[in-house]
Amino acid sequence: MLEIKNLHATVNGKEILKGIDLTINDGEIHAIMGTNGAGKSTLSNVIVGNPVYEVTDGSITFNGKNLLEMKTEERAHAGIFMSFQTPIEIPGVSMTNFMRAAVNARREALGLEPLKSTEFLKIMREKRKLVEIDQKLMNRSVNEGFSGGEKKRNEIFQMAMLEPSFCILDETDSGLDVDALRIVAEGFNKLRKPDTSAMVITHYQRLLDYIKPDVVHVLIGGKIVKTGGPDLALKIENEGFDWIKAEIGE
Amino acid sequence: MKSEQQYIELYKEVSTLIKQKSCKVMNDVRDEAFAMFEKVGFPSRKVERYKYTDVDANFAPNYGVSFSPLTLTPSPYIFKMSEAPVDINEYYAKVADLSDGITALNTTLAHDGIFIHVPKNTRVEDPIQIDNWLRGNVATMMNRRILVVLEQGAEATIIINDHAEEKQRFLSTQVIEIVAKDNSRLDMYEIEETTNLCSRFSNVYIKEGRDCSVKHNSITLFNGQTRNLCDVYMQGENSEVTLNGCAIGDGNQRIDNNTLIDHKVPNCVSNELYKYVLDGKSVGAFAGKILVEKDAQKTSSQETNANLCASTDAHMYTQPMLEIYADDVKCAHGSTVGVMDEAALFYMRQRGVREDEARMLLKNAFMGQVIDQIRLQPLRDRLFVKIEKRFRGELDKCEDCRLCK
Amino acid sequence: MSEQNEFVRSVAEKKYEFGFTTDVQTEIIEKGLNEDVIRTISAKKGEPEWLLEFRLEAYRYWLTQKQPTWGHLKLPEIDYQAISYYADPTAKSADGEKKELDPELVKTFDKLGIPLEERLALSGMAVDAVMDSVSVKTTFKEKLAEKNIIFCSISEAVREYPDLVKQYLGSVVPYRDNYFAALNSAVFSDGSFVYIPKETRCPMELSTYFRINAINTGQFERTLIVCEEGSYVSYLEGCTAPMRDENQLHAAIVEIVVMDNAEVKYSTVQNWYPGDENGNGGVLNLVTKRGHLRGVNSKLSWTQVETGSAITWKYPSCILSGDNSQAEFYSVAVTNNHQVADTGTKMIHIGKNTRSTIISKGISAGKSENSYRGLVKVGSKADGARNYSSCDSLLLGSECGAHTFPYMDIHNNTATVEHEATTSKINEDQLLYCNQRGISTEEAVGLIVNGYAKEVINKLPMEFAVEAQKLLSVSLEGTVG
Repeated sequence: MLEIKNLHATVNGKEILKGIDLTINDGEIHAIMGTNGAGKSTLSNVIVGNPVYEVTDGSITFNGKNLLEMKTEERAHAGIFMSFQTPIEIPGVSMTNFMRAAVNARREALGLEPLKSTEFLKIMREKRKLVEIDQKLMNRSVNEGFSGGEKKRNEIFQMAMLEPSFCILDETDSGLDVDALRIVAEGFNKLRKPDTSAMVITHYQRLLDYIKPDVVHVLIGGKIVKTGGPDLALKIENEGFDWIKAEIGE
Repeated sequence: MKSEQQYIELYKEVSTLIKQKSCKVMNDVRDEAFAMFEKVGFPSRKVERYKYTDVDANFAPNYGVSFSPLTLTPSPYIFKMSEAPVDINEYYAKVADLSDGITALNTTLAHDGIFIHVPKNTRVEDPIQIDNWLRGNVATMMNRRILVVLEQGAEATIIINDHAEEKQRFLSTQVIEIVAKDNSRLDMYEIEETTNLCSRFSNVYIKEGRDCSVKHNSITLFNGQTRNLCDVYMQGENSEVTLNGCAIGDGNQRIDNNTLIDHKVPNCVSNELYKYVLDGKSVGAFAGKILVEKDAQKTSSQETNANLCASTDAHMYTQPMLEIYADDVKCAHGSTVGVMDEAALFYMRQRGVREDEARMLLKNAFMGQVIDQIRLQPLRDRLFVKIEKRFRGELDKCEDCRLCK
Repeated sequence: MSEQNEFVRSVAEKKYEFGFTTDVQTEIIEKGLNEDVIRTISAKKGEPEWLLEFRLEAYRYWLTQKQPTWGHLKLPEIDYQAISYYADPTAKSADGEKKELDPELVKTFDKLGIPLEERLALSGMAVDAVMDSVSVKTTFKEKLAEKNIIFCSISEAVREYPDLVKQYLGSVVPYRDNYFAALNSAVFSDGSFVYIPKETRCPMELSTYFRINAINTGQFERTLIVCEEGSYVSYLEGCTAPMRDENQLHAAIVEIVVMDNAEVKYSTVQNWYPGDENGNGGVLNLVTKRGHLRGVNSKLSWTQVETGSAITWKYPSCILSGDNSQAEFYSVAVTNNHQVADTGTKMIHIGKNTRSTIISKGISAGKSENSYRGLVKVGSKADGARNYSSCDSLLLGSECGAHTFPYMDIHNNTATVEHEATTSKINEDQLLYCNQRGISTEEAVGLIVNGYAKEVINKLPMEFAVEAQKLLSVSLEGTVG
């Protein structure tokens, strides 16, 4: 599904990613763990095409397509969804209008007719129930005045609406209490189809208790320095990153 | 020759004709206004309040001056100036500032006008709507005059729509005088949807008594060159005034709003919110002065001007001013010229919304803050639709205008 | 900070404290202004021909101009023929020898707390003291010379470094800039010249102290600061004048040139005589100050505390030409009695990614008028320019005025410009709180105003900050209660 080769990226002229190689197959969940500033968020932003980041070398292909040649929204239409670490507030743009614009843009890209208002609202209602998000939030502007938990739940709701094939959960667990974390993670699991892949970025094991990874990568200093199974995450939870740093001689 | 000369000569030629067509109350001040116009002429850009608009250039072309009679749908509240049911001598040309060249010219040339009168303690349920259609076989100048008197305890909503025929040049001057007596309420909306070939000079003067509430909204959806002046004199305590405006410009459009809120007495509240979205090579200007006079203690005033420049060639001039002579006041103003929130754009694009669509949504949201404040629900809904269409470039300028159908 | 620092004086008296005159032998030329006067000034200073020409051109231009009327103030009719344009307190005695510094003069500057004698200068500041028109003495010159830093009077600079002066004089503020700039260019008498060579950090604060002493003289000083690539200087300017019943005219020009990666901090504490309680006398402070940020990554910061002068008319400005250059304007303006201040700044963004910050605090009391007037202009090539402006006004009393006149001309769609302003009276709850704790209202006002102005005061070098705080309190004495 996703194949990253020798990826180098900079932000404001500073190199953050220094050669990432990563392959995620259909249906796999990969966890990316690492210290602060290791480049985890840069990696996810580069995949979705945040214009702030500049790719200086390497390639990303997504289902055979060269992702780096696609605009942010084209990548979204291709099925990539990112749950943002801190979802932005957009005053004055209602959730409903926003979602309608997003859903119909995707349908247009797929050669489908735009949804009729009634159909659209029906889908909104269904998905809303699925992720247990309050109707009153839908009447507000995007993320405006939402609590931290509500914002994260709203991300999962949008994922439900857009039905992506590849999800990036960028520190979805940050700022969430255990109950909220459970609801968000369960929402994700409910929405997930057998061939949905995901990249889960986290500092902690606790999210991985709910979303079980197939592969765990450790990202330090802009490189993936270690890859292992789910037990690697547990070991990091107990022992931190120092032993890995020692291994790679840092 | 400066361009005022042709108007001076015109008046000298046709003054008898105008006076014949007009009525006593208007004729009584006409020569005085003409003398003033001869004296002050058109304001140059050196005049502080006109620094962003080249008046002379707008009045320089040759226009035929329209003296055609007004047609009014019968209404218990709307009259021709000549048929006013009450004595309007004490109001007409008394609220307006004749020393302003545009007002002086309008007072000189206006041959008829509209008088809106809401009697004491009368609440007019339906909005009073005035549609101005600019049309003519030749380039035409119109001089529109409106007087609004709200007696004590009166309440009304007034909507003034401006439309213009395509492919013809129009120059309009407008003077609106509003007298809001004690305990009255006025909601007023001026909506301009004209064409690139129109020049508009509008001066609105509002006098407010005590315990009043006046809201004036100036919405420029489509225009050529627009200059709106709005002066509010707060003369009675415990009153409030709101001046709101939004302007959308592209191409070579110019929109210049200039306001003054004069707090003469204590305990009044004023609010002002103007927003501009400028694209193409359009030019926007906003200058708003809040004047708090010496005795106007406990004044509360908030003025905001926010602007989005959406293209490299758009220009915005903004000048929010506070002039304060009383110490127990709370006054603030803010002004921003900014770019679109890149993080919000990125968020929307990640969800698959096309960039142009995302920009459109943000522009709509930006204007929404002004439109949201409109109390009249159907108008609010209609404006939301129109603004969105305007940003999509789909606004059929004449969609409501019977001229082109 | 050393307690012995003479500069930091306790401000105990309640009246204008610096209002004494000094009895020194001063040479004043005849009142009046014409080409001959200008030739006389130029000749007395032994100036080269080009400078005389510069003066005469400026004078001829000035003759064609009218006194500006656009500020929120009323300038009195100034009789330019009733002013003497040159006063030299270091005049030669009859035998023609230039004397050692007149001891009276040294005492004057001692009273002001200016460490004219280097042994007194514990504050580590180099001082150029300008009394009336002539630069009296520049301290610490040798020490600065070790680093090839030039700090001297502009007259001396004309003699010693004519090429440098010729290159930069009038390059930032051309004489055609405005009426008073033309006047100054015609008759400027003295002022400071600072030149910081490449990659040099000036090791001490440089300071000029201005004082108008003689009767019926105008002061037209001219300051020129050039900071070469990668250099840094912090410059302080202080001003006082004796109490006189007539208005005294002060029309100065400050020009600053900042090259690549260089940084200049310019601080002013202006305490010219403000006139008496009835508005008689006082200095007319009509000043053009401007910095040109020519180089990339250059920085210029203006900090001013304005408490004196009958009329203040000044707009220290920045032209941000160099890409990524940064400019700041921090101002506190206090007006009391009949003082009028119309002050602010201009930030002209020309280079890419230029940034400017404006923080202005106005405090009006008595029957005074205090206006902020500022322009933020973003040119069409200034991609990514940013400005943040915040202008607050505080009113103490019901007979004063506080006004804000910002202008923003934006010609670039990638610019972000924000302006906010508030006007309010002193917070009565804060006053009550202080009173309850036993602090008198007057003292409380001083405290609160200082707190209000803190953001700006904190930008001043320590020595000046202390003086500024005291000045603020003194300027406002008797305004409440």
